[in-house]
Amino acid sequence: MGIGHNTIAFHQDKCDGCGDCMTVCAEAKSGTTDTQHSRLKIVPSVAANDSFELAMCRQCGDPKCVLNCPSGSLTKDHETGVVPWDQEKCVDCLLCTVGCAYGGITYNAAAGHVMKCDMCDGDPACVKSCPTGALEYNKSAEIYNNYGELEDLFVPGLAACQGCNSELLIRHTMRKIGSNVVVATPPGCIAGMGTVGFNGKTGSKIPVFHPLLTNTASMLAGAKRYYNRIGRDVTMVALAGDGGTVDAGFQSLSGAAERGEQMLYICVDNEGYMNTGMQRSGSTSFGSWTSTTPVGETLRGKTQDAKNMPVIMMMHNCEYVATASLAFMDDYYEKLDKATAAAERGLAYLHVYSPCPTGWRIPPESTNEVCRKAVETNFATLWEFTPDEGLRFTRPVDNPLPVEQYLNLSGKYRHLDDEQLTHIQNSVKRKVAFLNGFMLATSGSEAQMQ
Amino acid sequence: MEQTKYLIAGSSHAALSALNSIRLLDQEGSLTLVTKDDRLPYSPTVLPYVVSGQSKPEKVQLRDEAFFTKNNVNFISGSGLEALDADHNTVTLQNGQEWQYEKLLLATGASPTIPPVTGLADTSYHVLRTMDDAVNLNAALAGAETAVVLGGGLIGMHAAENLIKAGVQVTIVEMCPQVLPGYFDPQAAKIIEQTFVENGVIMRIGDTVVGAAQDGEGSKVSLDSGDEISADLLLVCTGVAPAISYLEGGPVETDQGILVDDRMATNIDNIWAAGDVAQALNFYSGEKSVGGILPAAVEQGRIAGMAMIDDPAINLYPGGVPLNTYEFFGNQAISVGISDENALPEGVEVSLNVNEEEMFYQKIIIGEGRLIGISGINTNFDPGIMWQLVLRRTDLAAVKDEFLRNPVDTGRDLMSRIWR
Repeated sequence: MGIGHNTIAFHQDKCDGCGDCMTVCAEAKSGTTDTQHSRLKIVPSVAANDSFELAMCRQCGDPKCVLNCPSGSLTKDHETGVVPWDQEKCVDCLLCTVGCAYGGITYNAAAGHVMKCDMCDGDPACVKSCPTGALEYNKSAEIYNNYGELEDLFVPGLAACQGCNSELLIRHTMRKIGSNVVVATPPGCIAGMGTVGFNGKTGSKIPVFHPLLTNTASMLAGAKRYYNRIGRDVTMVALAGDGGTVDAGFQSLSGAAERGEQMLYICVDNEGYMNTGMQRSGSTSFGSWTSTTPVGETLRGKTQDAKNMPVIMMMHNCEYVATASLAFMDDYYEKLDKATAAAERGLAYLHVYSPCPTGWRIPPESTNEVCRKAVETNFATLWEFTPDEGLRFTRPVDNPLPVEQYLNLSGKYRHLDDEQLTHIQNSVKRKVAFLNGFMLATSGSEAQMQ
Repeated sequence: MEQTKYLIAGSSHAALSALNSIRLLDQEGSLTLVTKDDRLPYSPTVLPYVVSGQSKPEKVQLRDEAFFTKNNVNFISGSGLEALDADHNTVTLQNGQEWQYEKLLLATGASPTIPPVTGLADTSYHVLRTMDDAVNLNAALAGAETAVVLGGGLIGMHAAENLIKAGVQVTIVEMCPQVLPGYFDPQAAKIIEQTFVENGVIMRIGDTVVGAAQDGEGSKVSLDSGDEISADLLLVCTGVAPAISYLEGGPVETDQGILVDDRMATNIDNIWAAGDVAQALNFYSGEKSVGGILPAAVEQGRIAGMAMIDDPAINLYPGGVPLNTYEFFGNQAISVGISDENALPEGVEVSLNVNEEEMFYQKIIIGEGRLIGISGINTNFDPGIMWQLVLRRTDLAAVKDEFLRNPVDTGRDLMSRIWR
């Protein structure tokens, strides 16, 4: 297999046309502030006022500029992903500019030759200069390259459903954290899919045990204290469902958080008891169909809102609390690093929104899209909290989509009427308003979400 | 008899582009590349720079041995196609080897055409199509003081500029009333001609060579106008024609070149053709014509490779569009699409912006709200974007004024909104 390459992404809706990126590009590459030397070009859009578009090299996987070059001065570096240009070989024929449909390699009349973006050796100046976040250096390819080679700590053939987000999550998570762990998987999908083993065989390559639904945090707290006593530094990890976290397991978790027990507790929130036949939990969202909140002539799904568990954990003043979604893997990996470090000081809590194809009635191939839309509609917000730095949005959404665009993807919301939709949209707004207020009160400096 | 899954005849842009498409999907299937040149692949386009000495032959190779090893390609150089037996899926190479293929791409390029001028055959002259030609001409520059270039097309003009930069006194003889016909209109061509004159090139435009003779070490040509010119070097750049002699008497259908459909397939199963050798659809006329431009060779090679590997992502060939980028004495001339509205039916809109003192020229032709062609000197529009606007027949009605005023930024804006 090939390797992934980092890219510079352009979020057109965030660009205000300030042009700082062009100035720093010209400075970095040609030592002048004259923007005609800039390798990227921001242009005003004819279609709408105060809207801007971008022309720059995409570092194509199959670049036509390279195929068009008659002198061998353009190549594709498959290691870095960059299409470098060798001025010494260039004959200034400009045929590369014919091949590029993106305005990515252009003639610089002042310099007398073509120029193109070289990604600044993996540290692009333009991205750092962008005050609005319209330019983003997307490093998700690095995750693939760096972690793809690490050992998967679960056996192949776990019995998860097709398209299961939880399986993706636990494999990535344990790859990253490594094998110096004790893992608790209480009753729920993660244990049920076979991580704790079946027929006398283990389902993982790390120490894993199966606590009761009620005592996951207590057992990890005890195990950690024992390891501390014998002088071994081992990380405690809980891979629990929302039922085992917000309902039956809540007392032991709340107590462990209050006492500051050292562990990383990951709640994989698929909004119900999906493993046992899709019963509602305290985390099931308003309006959801489940087998215990059915839809019929009078009943219209769940009539209560979900507990806001990550906020509840934040109110315990844990060492680290964050929400995550696997549609934003780079964000998740960063949080996993911080949470693992925090788990050496006290309790770190990660709440991962985890759509369930079987229980939510979504096609297995759409799981990731549902994850993404949850974030883009603000149904699920991505943030992190520490007692010292307060709350911070890690991936703020400036122009959230209407929540219907998320709800429409899942069969469990198919029956919703206008009144229910309004209720959900209002509760999304209310939750965001609360977080904004809390953020201002705790960290103060960050921009609010809409 | 040797066997190979893919056989590609030729090693320049069309061939390498097809190789690229095939290897994207099939890294294992045996692939053999045969070329008549006894060298690593190079581009004919780079040859004028080799003549002047700006580029060294070993520095401008398009791929190296390591590339062929890494991509599992059997590269046979110094032996082109001698004959094709389509009934048995076999070819004979010039070195006598026989190869059986499953799929064959003919990308054998073009050869110079020599005008039927009295005495030319008995006169020593140069052409410029292969690396050997370029190396020979470069060597001949050493003792030369004067040169005559027959043909004011791209190769002739390029060569003439590189000759004068190497200190040789050059005369260009072009039979048409302008240089670079087909790429630039007469007015733009005039600006280019003028620059050549200012740089010391003698331009004999609209004149024809009627005779040639050996003159000591050099040559002497006589013109239709009655003049005679003697020169140490005679360079014939009067065009090229597809290299298809190995197909004579065979079943592969040819006209001026090898006739291909919109997947670059010939009339014979398992045989495709691409690049200068192919006669493919023209975007404007809807007829098939030979092209001979580099970006078209790349595009055709890509499509042929995808067709050979049954790549489901294949897009059919939309037809060739005249494309040219031309650098002369530090100026850039670019044309995309049709540049001379006189070749078009009535009703097109022409926007012309000229400043001869500043060496600036820009012509935009729009018909039915769509871009037909854009050409210019020292303008800096993006030809790749303009090519897409032509091919996509993008409706410019809503942005026409902005486009005519500033095709650079408006083109980038359209690109970013439509196909980014």
